[in-house]
Amino acid sequence: MTVESPDPALKAVPATVLSTVVSAQSSRRARMRELGRALLRSKTFMIGMVILLFWIFDAIFWPLFVPHDPLGLDPINTLKGPSSVHWFGTDDFGRDMFSRVLAGASTVLTVAPAATALGLVGGISLGLVTGYYRGLVDDILMRVVDALLAFPLIIIALLVLTVLGPSELNVIIVIGIVFTPLIARTVRSAVLVEREREYVAAAKLLGEPGPSIMVKEILPNVVGPITVEATIRLGYAIFAAATLSFLGLGLQQPSPDWGLTIALGRPLLQVAPWIVLFPALALATLVIGLNFVADGLKQAIEE
Amino acid sequence: MSVAAPATHAVDIEQLTISYRRRRRLLRVIDDVSLQIRPGEAYGLVGESGCGKTTVAMALMRYLPSNAVVEGGRIIFDGKDLLTLSDSALRRLRGNRMAMVYQDPGSALNPSMRIGNQIAEVFRYHRGMGKQEAEEASAGMLEKVQISDPAGVLQRYPHELSGGQQQRIMFAMALATDPALLVLDEPTTGLDATVEAEVLDLVEQLRAQFSSSILFISHNLGIVSRICERVGVLYAGRMIEEGPAREIFAQPRHPYTLGLLRCVPTFGMNKQTQRLDPIPGSLPALGTHPPGCNYADRCPIARDRCRAEPPPLLEVNAQRSSRCFYHEEVPSIPPSPAATAEPLPPPSDEVLLRIDDLIKTYHSGGHDVSAVAGISLEVRRGEVFGLVGESGSGKSSLAKVIVGLTNATNGSMTFENTPLSEAGHHRNVTLRRKLQMVFQNPDSALNPSYSVRHILQQALRLLAGLKSHSELETRTVELVRSVKLEPRHLDARPTGLSGGQKQRVSIGRAFAGTPALVLCDEPVSALDVSVQAAILNLLVDLQKTGVSYIFISHDLAVVRYIADWIGVMYLGWLVEVGPAEAVFNVPHHPYTESLLSAAATLESNGHHPRIRLKGTIPSPSNPPSGCRFHTRCPLYLGDICRLKEPPWHTAPAGNKYRCHIPPDELQAAELRLRETSTDQPA
Repeated sequence: MTVESPDPALKAVPATVLSTVVSAQSSRRARMRELGRALLRSKTFMIGMVILLFWIFDAIFWPLFVPHDPLGLDPINTLKGPSSVHWFGTDDFGRDMFSRVLAGASTVLTVAPAATALGLVGGISLGLVTGYYRGLVDDILMRVVDALLAFPLIIIALLVLTVLGPSELNVIIVIGIVFTPLIARTVRSAVLVEREREYVAAAKLLGEPGPSIMVKEILPNVVGPITVEATIRLGYAIFAAATLSFLGLGLQQPSPDWGLTIALGRPLLQVAPWIVLFPALALATLVIGLNFVADGLKQAIEE
Repeated sequence: MSVAAPATHAVDIEQLTISYRRRRRLLRVIDDVSLQIRPGEAYGLVGESGCGKTTVAMALMRYLPSNAVVEGGRIIFDGKDLLTLSDSALRRLRGNRMAMVYQDPGSALNPSMRIGNQIAEVFRYHRGMGKQEAEEASAGMLEKVQISDPAGVLQRYPHELSGGQQQRIMFAMALATDPALLVLDEPTTGLDATVEAEVLDLVEQLRAQFSSSILFISHNLGIVSRICERVGVLYAGRMIEEGPAREIFAQPRHPYTLGLLRCVPTFGMNKQTQRLDPIPGSLPALGTHPPGCNYADRCPIARDRCRAEPPPLLEVNAQRSSRCFYHEEVPSIPPSPAATAEPLPPPSDEVLLRIDDLIKTYHSGGHDVSAVAGISLEVRRGEVFGLVGESGSGKSSLAKVIVGLTNATNGSMTFENTPLSEAGHHRNVTLRRKLQMVFQNPDSALNPSYSVRHILQQALRLLAGLKSHSELETRTVELVRSVKLEPRHLDARPTGLSGGQKQRVSIGRAFAGTPALVLCDEPVSALDVSVQAAILNLLVDLQKTGVSYIFISHDLAVVRYIADWIGVMYLGWLVEVGPAEAVFNVPHHPYTESLLSAAATLESNGHHPRIRLKGTIPSPSNPPSGCRFHTRCPLYLGDICRLKEPPWHTAPAGNKYRCHIPPDELQAAELRLRETSTDQPA
């Protein structure tokens, strides 16, 4: 019952009392309003949201306010430290780092959500089927998932990307594939709980077909854990995308992508640390912001 | 146990007022409750769920949740106010001077610790005993709670014990330090009737051995009046009646207490002769404070005065008080006019469902679990077939096979003269329409993501084949009205409904396609008694559609009330079957006899002859040979029972039973058994 009541203090109220309290609120809309209020109260969530919204805004509108062209070469002003003209300094081609950091957000924020979405589609389908049907399907698919999980993400990514060739789309596909079993795990465990509930038996007795029971009856009741999983995965996806770029398997020059910039700036770390520092900081704030959002969301949903 | 007004109280709760903080509002759950428990006295706290019983217990143990606010009052125990005690002082008191036994022993025991270690921990922590000494003390404690094979039990883990045994362990742990106060929070709720009777026996016997005062919390006034000297009735956070338990049970002086007693079906009540008398309305919402009596809206004798000013706790006599202006009138409140039943037409002779030698075996963890082992029965059109038995007897498995939620391993079923061979999802729409089910748990039977309208329309679409929007809407409104809900409930989601309302929606869904047979698997056991009565009335009303029920329940009085025909199940077998009256009035099988006598004791203050069963129901993965009941049978004959499956006998009253002993001998033997059991002091 505690799921419907986001008030953190309510967690420990005896179920009998709580059921009376809960019955006062009726619709799903009221529940969403409650959730919204709890999120607004959560400092963690709000801070995370501010950071996240800043980067999303930047990823879309950066062309409107970058002081310099992020790709514009300036052979005279190479490797300049931060100054009033170039706030974050310039790189070895004389490109303005401030502009490049602002512009770099857009690639990360395209690749990561797309990859997460792909992983969600795969993971939810797989989780629903294995969790609902159990039996042989479950056994086989879960062993495949176990096998996939045994490999570190990077190994699989390296393998696939060397075969497919590095590109933005391939990075999305690779991360999506790696996420599928992870998300499937979470979904499956939630489905395992729901499938034992009597409303599922009732739906079977009405003659609803299996796919309809999975999607229409069970799925709406496992949205909570899926949402939390998605936000956590998104954070990892950003990391993964940056890592792959860093390894040269993602976007290629002259893209202002953060991972790529960090990789290219690494040899110059002692001469011009700002080339690595600012994209790294940007990446860190984005991931931290996302984790804050995930934490806040998780707390609000669980309570 | 005489308590001639000793000078001091073991516990003195004074004007306790508690609220829960929720969304920056304070919702009052306990309103100015005072009660005193004398040393060695058992005090019962009664009321429906949501009345604040558990909150009082939690306040007493100071286990209140973090959002509870004590707005006033004191709890004096051992000369100290518990509410202002420091945490370390409190820790010394808890477990040492006061202890608690919870409703669900399974979740109160640590699943990864052996029983011996868990009990020894109490001795070591609170008594400062060494390892060896604590182990010996634990073994001694287990003997006091009369567990069979104490040495073996010490070595086991909680999951290896039955519910009754687990509850005995909880008592052993609670009593280990001989506490001055023992709080029992619904200690028998959720247990089978036989186990419940056993645990209550234990409480009575322990009272003779230990001097603890007891606060006994229960929703069942009958049980409380058997165990306790005094009782307090809580309603919506207020003490509304208090006094000697037996007096209150015999002649309540508050309309709510009277309502609580009247709405429970008693043994011998039957749907043909009497309607149940539920309390109208529901508890006032938390945080609402009517200016007058908070029961006025549901009260049959409420007047203007009741709605204008709150009644004080008025003295009835030196020992009793009631929070009702008109408590003198309470004994003469007539049953509500609707309480006379319209007689139902007798069930027809047409056999609706015939089951032949049905077997259901599950495979789990490399074992074969024999849940249903060769059951044959017939259900006639318009009949209510009551299925009773302890948990683990296979009732629910049988129900699942019949509705098609799982396949039968062997055997055959015919429904309306057509074989019912396949599992549910292969059954055609006509069969699905005619065979429906009402589930036990109203909270989980409705999908929380959808509105009542969606849930009912889904059923109408799939079962009644309705398609057009207007047709659906009309039928939905009819359906919701037929289960005595209002069209305004259609837009609510299950979380916005009370338990009783949810169960009505669940029943409405089953009736969407005018079913011929509805399986009711414990449909009222999760509900409060007043709601239970209303749901039973509804089920009886719906019988006018000519429907048959298979009604599964562990509550024999409920089954007796609603069923025409009874089947008694034990460990996958049907051991006795016949007309309800015959089975209840002249039970033959020793198992039926013991079930009934356990239930009768619960109801009649323990002065009935009792047949006690030894041990617990064996595991269905390894059922006993020969007669499956022989390991617990009080009339065990020897090798014949152990080796040979017993035949069916027909008793003169028409009930059939499965036993090696023929009817006349059986009756004589059971009579002797009852006589010897009355000789023993209870």
